[in-house]
Amino acid sequence: MIWNWEYALSVLPAMLRAFVVTLEATIAGFLLAVLLGLVWATVRMSPIKALSKSAYWVVEFVRSTPLLIQLYFLYYVLPEYGVSLSPFAIGILALGLHYSCYTAEVYRAGIEAVSKGQWEAARALNLSSSATWLRVILPQAIPPTFPMLGNYLIAMFKETPLLAAITVMEMLQTAKLIGAESFRYLEPLTITGAVFLLVSLLASHAVRRLEVRYAIHR
Amino acid sequence: MIEFLQMHGPPLLEGLRVTLQLTVGGAICALALAIVAGLGRRSRRAWLRWPATTYVEIFRGTSAMVQLFWFYFALPFFGVSLPALVTGIIVLGLNSGAYGAEVVRSAIANVPRGQWEAGRALNLGETRILFRIVLPQALPMMLPPAGNLLIELMKNTALVSLITLSELTFTAQVQRAATLETVPLFALTLLIYFLLAQVLLMGMRRLERNVTRHREKRA
Repeated sequence: MIWNWEYALSVLPAMLRAFVVTLEATIAGFLLAVLLGLVWATVRMSPIKALSKSAYWVVEFVRSTPLLIQLYFLYYVLPEYGVSLSPFAIGILALGLHYSCYTAEVYRAGIEAVSKGQWEAARALNLSSSATWLRVILPQAIPPTFPMLGNYLIAMFKETPLLAAITVMEMLQTAKLIGAESFRYLEPLTITGAVFLLVSLLASHAVRRLEVRYAIHR
Repeated sequence: MIEFLQMHGPPLLEGLRVTLQLTVGGAICALALAIVAGLGRRSRRAWLRWPATTYVEIFRGTSAMVQLFWFYFALPFFGVSLPALVTGIIVLGLNSGAYGAEVVRSAIANVPRGQWEAGRALNLGETRILFRIVLPQALPMMLPPAGNLLIELMKNTALVSLITLSELTFTAQVQRAATLETVPLFALTLLIYFLLAQVLLMGMRRLERNVTRHREKRA
């Protein structure tokens, strides 16, 4: 038989420890993406043309170029400017930056879905611009975006193996090293795939429940 | 500037050629798989529906990079060793095909049921209804998400550099290691990817216009 259960079980603890690194990178990266995306989305809707146009092109540029080369860019270029971060921190930064350009579009759709009357009412009540955004528009715009944000969380989780390229010991990198040591790649790589599949399936199920919940509210 | 381009231009263009091969090859595989699996998932026959669903769930649920490494490093244990370019095209095709299958499936599901019923009332066969009535209406709905998937596929070609294929990202890395001109080199590489994405998007938009114009003429 090609598959060796004994070997598979022996590598499992190391794989699960690496899974924790994968999860940490996903969660930290997503927090960054969620916050930064909101910044892009609001700047894009700024009345100052130069500002909104540049936000548009930044988002377009980051979205249409590969995450891997953005990762390399930060990894090699930041130290040249005296910023020395651990590969793990750079990975989180790159994931967060890349996905913030996706969440920005999600927020924008959410903001545009808020009816015009809400803006007019806020103005009629003489609310300041920050009060309009924070107390009126965003509380209505953001909850309907939760399912879409959830989808991007899953997408980002599946892109964390890219951090292996800058030596972060997440699941794929660990599988590769274990494989190289023992000349058996099949078991560690299959376990990696299985863990990703299991977590993604569970997470998609959770997102579908979010969809149902926010569909009722609308 | 000119010196920089003279030095790095030719190898980067050579890398771009491989990136294009991956993109086009992957897209063709993905298109075929998306249609087959998308239709398969809607089939009434369980022996068609089950394999299609399993394929879509597995390739959407595991990461593209894990799939790439699995096909490159683990598949040889089953006696199948493929060159990096072929592995890249197959994995990109399988991965995007699974996402594409969902696009095909949901576009077909969004064609009103009455269209099927009308077809049956006119005594058309199921295959004929699918190909002559339902798919032509589903096609315009498929194109915008298909455009996004094409960009994702193009971006994923960079992953193939990690199994040592000298496409654009790999070439940029090699040139960087040789000259340490990191910032201009990576900036240029990112720009090439960006322009490639814009060309692909333009092509998809033209296709969308053609499809909708074609429909208007018929109407």
